[in-house]
Amino acid sequence: MYSQALNTRDAGPSAEDADALARFQARIDAEEKIEPNDWMPEAYRRTLTRQISQHAHSEIVGMLPEGNWITRAPSLRRKAALLAKVQDEGGHGLYLYAAAETLGTAREELVEQLLSGRAKYSSIFNYPTLSWADIGAIGWLVDGAAIMNQIPLCRCSYGPYARAMIRVCKEESFHQRQGYEIMLTLCRGTEAQKAMAQDALNRWWWPCLMMFGPPDTASQHSDASMKWKIKRFTNDDLRQKFVDATVPQGLHLGLTFPDPELRLEDGHWRFGAIDWDEFKRVVAGDGPLNRERLAARKAAHEEGAWVREAALAFAAKRRRKAA
Amino acid sequence: MTEARTPLWEVFLRSRTGLSHRHVGSVHAADAVMALQAARDTYTRRGEGLSIWVVPSAAITASDPAEKGMLFEPAASKIYRHPTFYEVPDEVGHM
Repeated sequence: MYSQALNTRDAGPSAEDADALARFQARIDAEEKIEPNDWMPEAYRRTLTRQISQHAHSEIVGMLPEGNWITRAPSLRRKAALLAKVQDEGGHGLYLYAAAETLGTAREELVEQLLSGRAKYSSIFNYPTLSWADIGAIGWLVDGAAIMNQIPLCRCSYGPYARAMIRVCKEESFHQRQGYEIMLTLCRGTEAQKAMAQDALNRWWWPCLMMFGPPDTASQHSDASMKWKIKRFTNDDLRQKFVDATVPQGLHLGLTFPDPELRLEDGHWRFGAIDWDEFKRVVAGDGPLNRERLAARKAAHEEGAWVREAALAFAAKRRRKAA
Repeated sequence: MTEARTPLWEVFLRSRTGLSHRHVGSVHAADAVMALQAARDTYTRRGEGLSIWVVPSAAITASDPAEKGMLFEPAASKIYRHPTFYEVPDEVGHM
């Protein structure tokens, strides 16, 4: 039995001896979940803190490209759906920050890492939303890719992350369907509307394939993450699953994919070479909107400071009155 | 002389690996360690749990059931938060 508080650093073996590591790996191999108070290698804690917090940052920064179109949605139905979706993304960010905090880093510190540019978020959110069709493409493709990535994370070895992912995946399905419905409506519309949908697919397709991360031959985190069952599939496996699921959906819309090498082979849709230089540039901070996204987050954080201060002051006043 | 009351604790159990802790009931105990022991004796005699949390009952703030209309009704009218609200043709398959 134990009775220590959660969120404190573990007082397990100080030197990570081989025995402790072997016991830890045996638990992982037996599909046991690791929980906040359990002993874990420092590298496992670090890897998860990085991954979960970057996932949280992606949800929060991901509100910006779509938020851009809330006031310009073409109907009340679309506006209500988009508002609900962006609200969900905010909620997903909060579930994830809470899961990351169980590893011992405070949310304030994680947010600070984002705002100072030390922490990354998904490269996809550094691309602009130029037309209404982009909202359709984001729901269909970006959320489709996110779901592909997140479903195996529901079985991640770290309990709080896995449980957060189950909640997120349950809520995410409406996001993809509302996006596909937007695309479907545009594709059944006028020539100009269909051209808008095609243009959105042309611009979002390749950045979406990059969302799964570098190819397996170049990924620096994959091996340990697979061994620890943080990841269940490699980047390339998930990318292929996404392409296989998505190409028939696009063909049903009557759209073409911006890849002349795309072809069906042995039951899989094989695709052309990804521009990894572009990916590296965007991750390194030189994408179309990196500076604007961070500036928007910083402004929101700074302009919201008075709300946090006011809430604390109000709570202190209420305590004084109750005393 | 009146006897001091023994504090009340709410008990949460994780029944299987990977599941979250769920509320199962409460126990009286003088401190947290005794509350854990009492919770084990009271709620896990047949292997119901892998892990126990005890939380002082006084630390829990609960919503007022009488306010459930005000708190939860707005969600019922927002059917567009559900996937089935959106049209996806059958031939496109599961999404």
